[in-house]
Amino acid sequence: MSELSVNHLLGIKYLKEEDIQLIFETADHFKEVINRPIKKVPSLRDITIANLFFENSTRTKLSFELAEKRLSADVINFSSAQSSVKKGESLIDTVNNILSMKVDMVVMRHPNPGAGVFLSKHVNASIVNAGDGAHEHPTQALLDSYSIRERLGDVKGKKVVIVGDILHSRVALSNIYALQLQGAQVMVCGPKTLIPKYIDKLGVKVETNLRKALNWCDVANMLRVQNERMDISYFPSTREYTQQFGVSKDLLNSLDKEITIMHPGPINRGVEITSDVADSKQSIILDQVQNGVAVRMAVIYLLASKIKQ
Amino acid sequence: MSQKVLLNAKEVNIILHRLACQLIEKHNDFSNTVLIGLQPRGVFLADRLAKILEEDYKIKNIQLGHLDITFYRDDFRRGEKTLEANTTKINFIVEDKNIVFIDDVLYTGRSIRAALTAIQSFGRPNEIELLTLIDRRFSRHLPIQPDYRGRQVDVINNEKVKVNWKEHDNEDSVYLIEK
Repeated sequence: MSELSVNHLLGIKYLKEEDIQLIFETADHFKEVINRPIKKVPSLRDITIANLFFENSTRTKLSFELAEKRLSADVINFSSAQSSVKKGESLIDTVNNILSMKVDMVVMRHPNPGAGVFLSKHVNASIVNAGDGAHEHPTQALLDSYSIRERLGDVKGKKVVIVGDILHSRVALSNIYALQLQGAQVMVCGPKTLIPKYIDKLGVKVETNLRKALNWCDVANMLRVQNERMDISYFPSTREYTQQFGVSKDLLNSLDKEITIMHPGPINRGVEITSDVADSKQSIILDQVQNGVAVRMAVIYLLASKIKQ
Repeated sequence: MSQKVLLNAKEVNIILHRLACQLIEKHNDFSNTVLIGLQPRGVFLADRLAKILEEDYKIKNIQLGHLDITFYRDDFRRGEKTLEANTTKINFIVEDKNIVFIDDVLYTGRSIRAALTAIQSFGRPNEIELLTLIDRRFSRHLPIQPDYRGRQVDVINNEKVKVNWKEHDNEDSVYLIEK
């Protein structure tokens, strides 16, 4: 297959397994490109991309912007804090105003789940979801799987545990879809209060004992506790959370095997993982960041090639 | 669809040896020269020439690379299909090197234009030459001509030149295919 089956990247839910393989193969080429002395290709020189961030982001925004610039696209940035959204403009109006400046693609992060899907039905541009509320964060899941594939050779048949705040995490849901599509087994682990009811309906295992989960898995993806999304208290104290669900070097060393540690960032050092784990050889956290640029270049390149002239 | 043989295996072999000798005449021991095969079809020719230079003419340490030009092409979004990339393999510095681009068929010259842009990502070479097995005359869109050519052919636009390689297509041959 040489073409994506979709015109927008709204979520992993809408992708086929072949789409993911095509994105990874294309990302391999871009990973080679971004390690050249000159890290830029001219493919998207006639494409303009708007990055619309209605919610704070550092890593994702930088990563997208870098990916777009390495493809030679023209980039405009927008963050809601300094915009007319504060004056009461609707999402469709905001985006249509931007599109009337001849923009071909929109990368959007929005606090409301489904914002990307909604937008794709109402505006005439290719939409990339860079995180919609607690729903999906497809490029993060893609770069996570890509990093697993790079470290372990293949995603198929691997056992991955996602640890932490599953309830508020878009990374968790996208990762579950992506990993299952590629034939991996998925487990979620965390305090009962932070695991959504009925998550087992997605075909994932649920475990509340971290040691058991880590002994089962090949890869542990450690999520951040999203204090900013918590309206009530989900666990007694940070200290207690760390004692039960934090990964330390001692814990890793006491396991039967060597597992790979991932984290989508930003890390709360000393909460979900300790510094010596984050900086250890078992951690591929910085590889994830580097791969993020290559994977986003692949997604943007493949979607842009479907925009007709 | 009809096809006619332009070159058979024996003729291809003679031409490859002649091209190898022409390269030696210009580049001597290849100490400052690198051969770059252009993806997808030029790499077979480049690999074969490097093998002839090493085995038949005992030239050591030939530096050989493969360059993919997909992201540098000028027809992105112009066709129906997504342009699919191939692997680039250049494990050396091209700064101040003499580069020989190697491709099987020179037609419009647009691939070579893309390759000239692509190679700049790896540094500033001293000079760049072009070697092609088949030079399709009268069909250039750009002012690009080969420095070493295997065979020049006059082909009209609705005809296609197909180069086959033993490693990939089971035989060495060049066909003229009428669409």
